[in-house]
Amino acid sequence: MFELSPLETEALGLSLRVALWSVAGSLPVGLAMAWLLGRYEFFGKTLLNGIVHLPLVLPPVVVGYLLLLLFGRNGPLGAWLLTTFGITLPFTWEGAAVAAAVMAFPLMVRAMRLSIEAVDQKLETAARTLGASRLNVFVTITLPLIMPGVLAGAVLAFARSLGEFGATITFVSNIPGETRTLPLALYSLIQTPGGEAGALRLAVLSVLLSLAALAASEALARRLRARIGG
Amino acid sequence: MLEVDVTQPLGSFRLDAKFSCRAAGITALFGRSGAGKTSLVNVLAGLSRPQRGRIVLRGETLFDSSRGIDLPPEKRRLGYVFQEGRLFPHLSVRSNLLYGYRRAPAAERRIGLDQVAGLLGIDGLMERRPAALSGGEKQRVALGRALLANPRLLLMDEPLAALDQPRKDEILPFIEQLKSELDLPIVYVSHSMQEIFRLADTLVLISNGRIEAVGAVEELTSRLDLRPLTGRYEAGAVLATTVAGQDKMFGLTELRFAGGRLRVPYLNLPLGQTLRVRIRARDVSIALTPPENISILNVIPCSIKEIGEEKSPQVDLQLDAGGAAIWSRITARSRAALGLQPGQQVYALIKSVAIDRQSLGQGLGRRPGAERFLAEDD
Repeated sequence: MFELSPLETEALGLSLRVALWSVAGSLPVGLAMAWLLGRYEFFGKTLLNGIVHLPLVLPPVVVGYLLLLLFGRNGPLGAWLLTTFGITLPFTWEGAAVAAAVMAFPLMVRAMRLSIEAVDQKLETAARTLGASRLNVFVTITLPLIMPGVLAGAVLAFARSLGEFGATITFVSNIPGETRTLPLALYSLIQTPGGEAGALRLAVLSVLLSLAALAASEALARRLRARIGG
Repeated sequence: MLEVDVTQPLGSFRLDAKFSCRAAGITALFGRSGAGKTSLVNVLAGLSRPQRGRIVLRGETLFDSSRGIDLPPEKRRLGYVFQEGRLFPHLSVRSNLLYGYRRAPAAERRIGLDQVAGLLGIDGLMERRPAALSGGEKQRVALGRALLANPRLLLMDEPLAALDQPRKDEILPFIEQLKSELDLPIVYVSHSMQEIFRLADTLVLISNGRIEAVGAVEELTSRLDLRPLTGRYEAGAVLATTVAGQDKMFGLTELRFAGGRLRVPYLNLPLGQTLRVRIRARDVSIALTPPENISILNVIPCSIKEIGEEKSPQVDLQLDAGGAAIWSRITARSRAALGLQPGQQVYALIKSVAIDRQSLGQGLGRRPGAERFLAEDD
C-alpha cells in the first residue's frame, strides 16, 4: 500500500541518520550534565540550568541563527573546527545533527536528571562498604538504576530530533540529499504547487515513525522496570 | 583491639568519642536516639569524616588526622548492616550476596556462599529479587551480604529496629550463631537493652556524643551511677553461671554462680555449660531470715551493698551475693518496715528467673532456640 519514492526514501534515511547521530553524540554530554545538575550544588548552577533549558523556550530560528554565528566559517568555533579538523557544519547533514541535538538537549537532560535524583544514594553508600570504588559503584549500581531514565531521555531526544525544523533550516538550510529531512521535505512539498498528496504521504510517514519510536521505548522501559522492581 | 578517638561536630552537639575495646565477640554501642551512635558507626566505616582523631583496628590505622590517613570505605573492609537492609533492587539475592565477596581479596575469603546461605537459611531465595522478600528475609540477606564481603569487623546499626517482634525473634538466633561460628568481631548498635543482654559481651555507653563507660555487660548494668543511661525499666543484673545439675523428675536445672545456686525450669544443656542469666530487679524480694514453708526455690544469702535513690513508691537495692551483683526492687514501705540498711545481711528470694540469652562457651553447632524456654515470663 505504501511504497516509498526515491525522494521519500532519501528524506527518511537522512532523518534517521541525523536523529541517531544527534542522540548518540549528545547522550554522554547529557548524562554528564544531568549528573552535575542532579548531584552537585555549585556557584552558577541556576545560570547553567537556564542555559541548558534555553532551546526549550527560545524560538528555534534564534537557536539556528546563534549556531550559524558560532559555527559559521568565520564564527569562533566554526573557524577552529575548519582549521583543526577540516569540519564544516553549516549546510551539511552533520550540522543538522548538531542543530537537532541542541534543540533536544533540554528534554534529554530533564529525563535523566529526574532518574538520577530518584536513585537512593544509600544504596551507593552500601556498595562502597562492600568494597566497590566510586567508579565501580556508578557502573554496577547507579547506571543500571537510572537506565529507564536514560532510555526515556534518549527516546525523547530522538523523537524531538526527527521533528526538528526551525533551527535546522536556519543553520543548514534545505538542501536535497544533504539536509532535507522529513519535516523539511514536507515543507518543500507544501510550497510546491500540486505537492499536497506527497505532503500527506510524508505526514503519515512521520506519524508512523514517531509511534514506532514511542512503542519501542515503552516496551524497553517496561522490561527494565520489571528487572529493577523484581 | 579497636581504638577510637575522634571528634566531629554534629549539629547541636559534637561527637567526642574516645574508647578502646577488644576487637572480639560482640561490642554493643548503647544510647538513646540522637546520642550519636549512628554517627560514630559512620565514622568507623569511613562514611563520614571526623574533624580530627584516629581509628586503629587490630594495629591497622584506618584514620589518623595528624598523619593524613583516611582510608576510603571500600579500603577499610568493614562490613556494615544497615537498619533498612539496602539490598540492590536490580540484582538477584545471589548477586546481592556475592557483591562484596567478589570484591574481597581472594586470600581473605574465609566465609563462602554455601556457609552463609546455610547459616542464615536463605538457600531457597537465591534467584529472587529483593522486592519479593519479606522484611525478615531482606535483613538476613543484608547480613549475609556483609558477611560474604569477609570484613575484618562487622558493624550493625540497629539491624532489627525496622522489624516487628516475630521478625526480630527470627533474626536474633542468627546473630548469636555468627558469634559462635565465625571469628568475627561485631560492633552492634542498639537502643534495646533486651537485645544487648542477649547478644553482647562488651558494652559501650554513649550519651550526647560522649562515651560514658566501656566494660563488660554484667558490670556496667549493675552500676548504680550508670542507671540513668542503662534505663530503669529494664533494671536487673546479669549473672555468669554454669550448669551444675539436672533434676529430671521435677524438670529443673541447677545453675551455679558466685553467690550460690539457682534452680530454673529445665534447660537442655550439658553440665558445665556456661550460661548468662538475667534476673530482673522486680523478680527479687527480700527477707531478713531464711523463710520456711515457702514455694520459692531460690533463696540466696547476700548483703546489701547499696540502696538506690527512693523514687515514688519504690526503691532499688543492690545486693552482693559472694561478689555477684543482684538487684532487688521493693516498695519504699517494705524498706522502712524491715529497716534495711547498707551492709545488712539479708536473703534474696528469686521468684522466677528470666534467662534472656545464653553465653555460648564451647557448645557450638547447637541450634539456639531449642533452649529458648523461659524468656520473659510475665
